[in-house]
Amino acid sequence: MSRLTIELPGLNLKNPIMPASGCFGFGREYSQFYDLSELGAIMIKATTVEPRFGNPTPRVAETSAGMLNAIGLQNPGLVKVMEEELPWLSRYDVPIIANVAGSLEEDYVDVARKISKAANVHALELNISCPNVKTGGIAFGTIPEIAKQLTRKVKEVSEVPVYVKLSPNVTNIVEMARAVEAGGADGLTMINTLVGMRLDLKTGNPILANRTGGLSGPAIKPVAIRMIYEVSQAVSIPIIGIGGIESAADVIEFFYAGASAVAVGTANFVDPFVCPTIIQELPELLEKLGFEHISECTGRSWNKNGQLTYHRA
Amino acid sequence: MIQKELCKIISQKELALDIYELTIKGEFVSQISAPGQFVHIRVSNGWDPLLRRPISISSYTKEQKSLTMIYRKDGKGTSMLSQLRPGMELDILGPLGNGFPIDEVSIGETALLVGGGIGVPPLYELSNQLIKKGVKVIHVLGFQTEAAVFYEEQFKNNGETYVTTVDGSYGKKGFVTDVMKDLQFDCIYTCGPTPMLRAIEQGYSDKKVFLSLEERMGCGVGACFACVCKRKDDPNGASYKKVCSDGPVFRAGEVLI
Repeated sequence: MSRLTIELPGLNLKNPIMPASGCFGFGREYSQFYDLSELGAIMIKATTVEPRFGNPTPRVAETSAGMLNAIGLQNPGLVKVMEEELPWLSRYDVPIIANVAGSLEEDYVDVARKISKAANVHALELNISCPNVKTGGIAFGTIPEIAKQLTRKVKEVSEVPVYVKLSPNVTNIVEMARAVEAGGADGLTMINTLVGMRLDLKTGNPILANRTGGLSGPAIKPVAIRMIYEVSQAVSIPIIGIGGIESAADVIEFFYAGASAVAVGTANFVDPFVCPTIIQELPELLEKLGFEHISECTGRSWNKNGQLTYHRA
Repeated sequence: MIQKELCKIISQKELALDIYELTIKGEFVSQISAPGQFVHIRVSNGWDPLLRRPISISSYTKEQKSLTMIYRKDGKGTSMLSQLRPGMELDILGPLGNGFPIDEVSIGETALLVGGGIGVPPLYELSNQLIKKGVKVIHVLGFQTEAAVFYEEQFKNNGETYVTTVDGSYGKKGFVTDVMKDLQFDCIYTCGPTPMLRAIEQGYSDKKVFLSLEERMGCGVGACFACVCKRKDDPNGASYKKVCSDGPVFRAGEVLI
């Protein structure tokens, strides 16, 4: 029996490893490297009602152990995602988590209603935390009451479970998590990127055309671990952990903090094979650590009395 | 097909001021389809720098599975790359992108190859392949100053070659466009700084022109949308081209530069 199967709302995962939204496009590019059916799930790039070009370039800047990005939710729009990208992905035996974004509440609702009808979309990821767009995005992700209301509205129309992607750019992440749980969220994905900035040595100007961008990569892992540790003890919905994961050991650490699955982002850019490599290495590491199943790791940092019940396959 | 491979370094030397020539051996070389493609190099096994470095291929031989690239030591990543010695291994993802189309120029015609600074290297393999095909080549190579000039002899061996320097310390003082206006040719292949590409695109709208663009990249394979540019026929719309996977070589007029 596989040590890696995980069941979460809407998601029957053969393993808990998935590429994070925005780091994997709609899968086409990485399908050159391996069979996408190997993945636990795929979080596709944020989709908005209308096609978006996003921000001017430069859109990325590096920093020690991380990178800043300010892509600006570039995507081909709901119609094209539904008519081209999702049907293309249906050739793979892999559940899709559709990242839903917008500027206004009705945009989110519109995308959620339609995209949740696609056969291979098994869950939504509500993007209330993109730091790189002027309206929507993070505005919904920093005020608990607004996040709760948006979650409720999306839940009303979605035909699949709704996960809410939390921003770390808040004073109280637990309060945000509780608010979206109260709004009916089936799960959480966390964390999105941390707002950062880099300046050019010669000109003194910001390197990113957007001035600020979202920090991702190994640099943010301890922040993600701390936030998942706090939130997982405060809510009763499962968490998909994100933030600087690049190895099987990182995955275990996220599970210890309280995650029930993980998404890999920036590491895909460094090593296109990182997801299948982690999937391959996990069973051996679990064996070495004395776990029969990866679900035994969830919340180990604070839950010493036994297993959580909501995700055991 | 794109491969990720640990490649052995055969040689590395400084050609000009901060300009390095690095030769490696790798199985993936057999997959190169055209001059102007690039590789994505991981210069550190650690986290600083975290991302790979996109570097253009300046020449290759499929029989020997060897590949040469020329890069400028500019930041942290390329400084680390310049420290590597023969025998060491380098994590390379490649070949990436679409190169220069050599079938766009016919036998007996003349191609003008125009390079600016670190945009010069990919033109070398292009030049080699064009003369092998029977196309006449003329090269115009622009540099900042005498100390930065490289590969003049190699290009001269293939055909007529003009060198310009901005400060006039070597060759003709000025820009590549100052030399170009006196030359006769059928099509242009160019790679270099954006203002140079823009000037060439605007000045030679009557000619067939192919431009190789440069942009900061993330993944190098088209997934992260870091290196996009607008299409010229839709300057205010949402349509786009990715420099890494749709380019880096574009036909003039295809994208907004």
